[in-house]
Amino acid sequence: MKLTYSWLKKHLATDLSLDQLEEAMTMAGLEIENIDNPAGRLAAFTVAHVKDARPHPNADRLRVCMVETRDGVKQIVCGAPNARAGMTAIYAPLGAYIPGLDLALDRKPRNIRGVKSHGMLCSPRELESGEDHDGIADLSGDWAVGTPAAEALGLDDPIIDFEVTPNRPDWLGVHGIARDLAAAGAGMLKTGRVPAVSGGFPCPVTVKLDWANACPIFAGRVIKGVKNGPSPGWLQQYLKAIGIHPKNLLVDVTNYIAFDRARPLHVYDLDKIGEVIYVRKGGGKPDAHEGLDAKIYTPEPEHCVIADDERPLGLGGIMGGAYSGCSDETTDIFLESAWFDPGIIRKSARELGIDSDAKHRFERGVDPEGLTDGIELATAIILEYAGGKASDLTVSGQAPARPPDIAFDPSRVKRILGFDPGESRIKTILTSLGFGVIEGDIWTVSAPSWRRDCLQAADLIEEIARIAGFDSLPAAPFRRPEGGRFRAPATELQNRIRTARRAAAHRGYQEAITWSFCHHDQAGLFGGTGEGLELANPISSELNVMRPSVLIHLITNIQKSTDRGLEDERYFEAGPIYLNDTPGGQETVVAAARRVVAARDWRYARTPDVFDIKADAQSLLEAVGVPVKNQQVTTEVRDWWRPGRAGVLRLGPRVLAEFGEIHPRVLKALDIDSCILAFEVFLNAIPMTRKKSLKARTALQLPDLMPVRRDFAFLVENTAAACDLIKAVKSVDKHLITDVKLFDVYEGQGVPENQISLALEATLQPTRTPLTDKDIEAVSAKIINAAEKVGAVLRG
Amino acid sequence: MSAPSDLEALETRLSVGIKAAPDLAALDALRVNALGKKGEVSLKMRELGKMSPEERQVMGPALNGLKDRLNTLVTCRKTVLEDAVLNAALDSETVDVTRPVSHQARGSLHPVGQVMEELAVIFADMGFAVAEGPDVEDDFHNFTALNFPSNHPARDAHDTFFLKSAEGETSKLLRTHTSPVQIRAMMNKKPPIRIIAPGRVYRRDWDQTHTPMFHQVEGLVIDEDTHMGHLKGCLMDFVSTFFETDLVEARFRPHHFPFTEPSAEMDVRYESVGNAVKIGSGDKWMEVLGCGMVHPNVIRSCELDPEIYQGFAFGMGVDRLTMLKYGMPDLRPFFEPDSRWLSHYGYSPLLQANLATGLS
Repeated sequence: MKLTYSWLKKHLATDLSLDQLEEAMTMAGLEIENIDNPAGRLAAFTVAHVKDARPHPNADRLRVCMVETRDGVKQIVCGAPNARAGMTAIYAPLGAYIPGLDLALDRKPRNIRGVKSHGMLCSPRELESGEDHDGIADLSGDWAVGTPAAEALGLDDPIIDFEVTPNRPDWLGVHGIARDLAAAGAGMLKTGRVPAVSGGFPCPVTVKLDWANACPIFAGRVIKGVKNGPSPGWLQQYLKAIGIHPKNLLVDVTNYIAFDRARPLHVYDLDKIGEVIYVRKGGGKPDAHEGLDAKIYTPEPEHCVIADDERPLGLGGIMGGAYSGCSDETTDIFLESAWFDPGIIRKSARELGIDSDAKHRFERGVDPEGLTDGIELATAIILEYAGGKASDLTVSGQAPARPPDIAFDPSRVKRILGFDPGESRIKTILTSLGFGVIEGDIWTVSAPSWRRDCLQAADLIEEIARIAGFDSLPAAPFRRPEGGRFRAPATELQNRIRTARRAAAHRGYQEAITWSFCHHDQAGLFGGTGEGLELANPISSELNVMRPSVLIHLITNIQKSTDRGLEDERYFEAGPIYLNDTPGGQETVVAAARRVVAARDWRYARTPDVFDIKADAQSLLEAVGVPVKNQQVTTEVRDWWRPGRAGVLRLGPRVLAEFGEIHPRVLKALDIDSCILAFEVFLNAIPMTRKKSLKARTALQLPDLMPVRRDFAFLVENTAAACDLIKAVKSVDKHLITDVKLFDVYEGQGVPENQISLALEATLQPTRTPLTDKDIEAVSAKIINAAEKVGAVLRG
Repeated sequence: MSAPSDLEALETRLSVGIKAAPDLAALDALRVNALGKKGEVSLKMRELGKMSPEERQVMGPALNGLKDRLNTLVTCRKTVLEDAVLNAALDSETVDVTRPVSHQARGSLHPVGQVMEELAVIFADMGFAVAEGPDVEDDFHNFTALNFPSNHPARDAHDTFFLKSAEGETSKLLRTHTSPVQIRAMMNKKPPIRIIAPGRVYRRDWDQTHTPMFHQVEGLVIDEDTHMGHLKGCLMDFVSTFFETDLVEARFRPHHFPFTEPSAEMDVRYESVGNAVKIGSGDKWMEVLGCGMVHPNVIRSCELDPEIYQGFAFGMGVDRLTMLKYGMPDLRPFFEPDSRWLSHYGYSPLLQANLATGLS
């Protein structure tokens, strides 16, 4: 909302400067968004008198003026046709910035066709203060040399733009703001109740309230013999300053009262309405009508309609109808000042798709006891500027009851605020804001009619804090609760995420954060959108479901990076995936992806493959507490992995991670033109570690004896899984065989077709007695035997 | 029978040979020829047995002396020859060590993650744990329990994403703030409660300064005696620790949030330094967070008695804090991965914010 300094001063007697007013409004809770102060913007410009204006010796269209300025008499060359001796003009000194031209004058006098010019005489447009007519500003009135231009141009009224929070509808009027600032000590409130205009005849219009929940009270008055036309200058200026285009007096008055008193009004052309007006529920199609915005609205039974016996006249509290609106020719009017229920207004406006200043106020709550002030003020202005005769005021219904009194224990102020202003100060603050206070052990406090947001003690404490000033509340140190040792508050999962992020970054991936939503088709490639996870109102059709996998955006962003000419991008993200819409349907995963780019290096140029990404996934799992030796690998992968080039890391039935190449068909569907390696680690699936009472580790036992290493080469079918062979060899003697390494894989000459040779190195670690050749032979025989059971034959 | 003079001749001959041995193999052959089992000196030693004791007394020491001297000569020559071999190798086996080597790719951590960790550290020191809640929320946790009445204009400030629902069921939504975690915390645990809740939040807004997804951190304290003075103290300490300056000048400006009362926004005095801000000096105020005392209606919604329990809550934008502290000019690249941006603004995985070594 906006107001001007002088408008506020109409209600508030104050000697605060603009800066002080800004501070006072801010600390009352009105967040200032902008202050436009033309006086500041035009500070360089002042009134000057043109003493003499002669034709330029070398240019027909230019004049050489001798001008009396605050800097003395200056010679100024001027091209305006209206420059003449004796005029009062606006002078810009050398170096001044001319806002309308967006340029600054030279600091030295300019030579214009052989004559020096020491400044400039400005036009209204050059000062951004109006349209040009005949050239430079030609001021009427007796302005002394040196008077600020803003003052002489009538632009010395700063415009303050601020935000009104939804709990304070009383701040949607300048009078309400003045009332609040006065309570905060920023001045004295000048305006109060509006005197009633006495009517000359009974109101000929009867109002029937057929839907009292929507409209419990309705005040109306007829004015006859009005001469509608342009509003007076002061009214036009106020409206223009806050961005409302003046139309005619009748429309402007309703706008003015809305912004001055937060009180929406409506004016009907009396000739167009019946003698009885109904406030009732909408009737669907028969009630369809054109609004003042020239759109057709069809109010349904849950929307409030004003109507006469013939037709609907408008949407109560939201927008009048076009048919019964006023024009310049209107002479007899019916003025409405009613109160509409906030909830019904909000629902109606939302369902009908309308926003208006009236709706904005009614849905937040208009002062139900300000009906008559609003209509009396409007009547007085209309009578003063448009003439006419007013009827008596007719009021139908009753204002909604005030909220119940609040039982208030003043000692709670200190308990909540940590600061005790004292009972007398508390009482002063409340009464200055219009609250009624009856003291006692427990006070009885009644809120003023314009503060329907105040319902309980906490609401009063807020008012007390606000007016006492938040700055006066002493800051108290806030420390860890005393008497306890420090307990690290992070949960195991949080620490896992922290570690996993570091492990992934350490493996060369850059952490990304990508949208939680993705496109429905993308989700379809990665297992599909979970139950209930389609957005009803997505920000873009590309982001219309919650993602089932973190890989989607990582992969598409790798492609984007490639398109920008970047190479070998490796991204990871530790973030949520969404399986369904329940609180447990969200899991945290760490996913990573990289493009397969052949390394170009003079030492060894390798192309990364599934084993590189497997190593990354395994080391990440190890970092979060699953040793590589415990991780099992299986090969049945989900649809988006490339079969035969992807795998699953698990602990028994728990799937801890998936890794491998992304399926070529998925890549094609995503428009990815290269091969992508990726992994996804499911942190929630990792079993929690058991809490130990002691941090001490078991004693380390190092064997004194040397380990023995033996190599074996086995022939297996080329479809066999190496891990089965390794497992078989290990299980021959779990104590003695401490490690089995695959150190060579060979196929080709010397190996039968469809077979491969796997070369293993087994480490035998004796514990008590050294191994004899016989011992070693015995173990070797067992190993060969065990290998045969899984289809491996010792290579001869 | 040899005479000492024979030995002299023998020594001269062998010495000359050893000294002139051209390489290690020749030297070894000469050594074997002289001192090996069947070498000339060894053969002479064998003859000692046949000698008379007197002869032996002369010839014994002479032969032993000869053997020792020849051994020394062999060792010396061997050292010289080995040195020559090594020097030849040193001369020939050089590489150009100025050639560049490839390094393992350098990863980085996202600055938002860094700031989240900084927040966790600072608030852990004041006794706050980190709590979490789901992104897909219901109306109760996101609005109603937080004292946003249904059909109230206060909801307008939250451009809410709704999820499609089956006929007749109320729509779930994407949380518009981290405040629903307050409700979950109060409903799951008896006070005292001290938590911060960082996480993703969603609003339907996408322009220069807004993204449809962003990060907030929520704070909540509930006990029997925490008051608004503590709120001010806690947040002033936080700002000073986070921005790593003693000179915080804070202003608490009345505001309105449905779930706190009194509500305030906290401004700090600052001046711009490039894209970053310098807190504590300058003549401008910048809003950093919203806060207030938890509204009694919210405490009641969580089935606690507001006559007994009270406390404060605060919330702030993590992305914005990140931009302010670390000087990023634009929010949008936060969520559009580009390795150049991530390298420039990211953090080393070897660093970890902590109170002993510093935040960053």
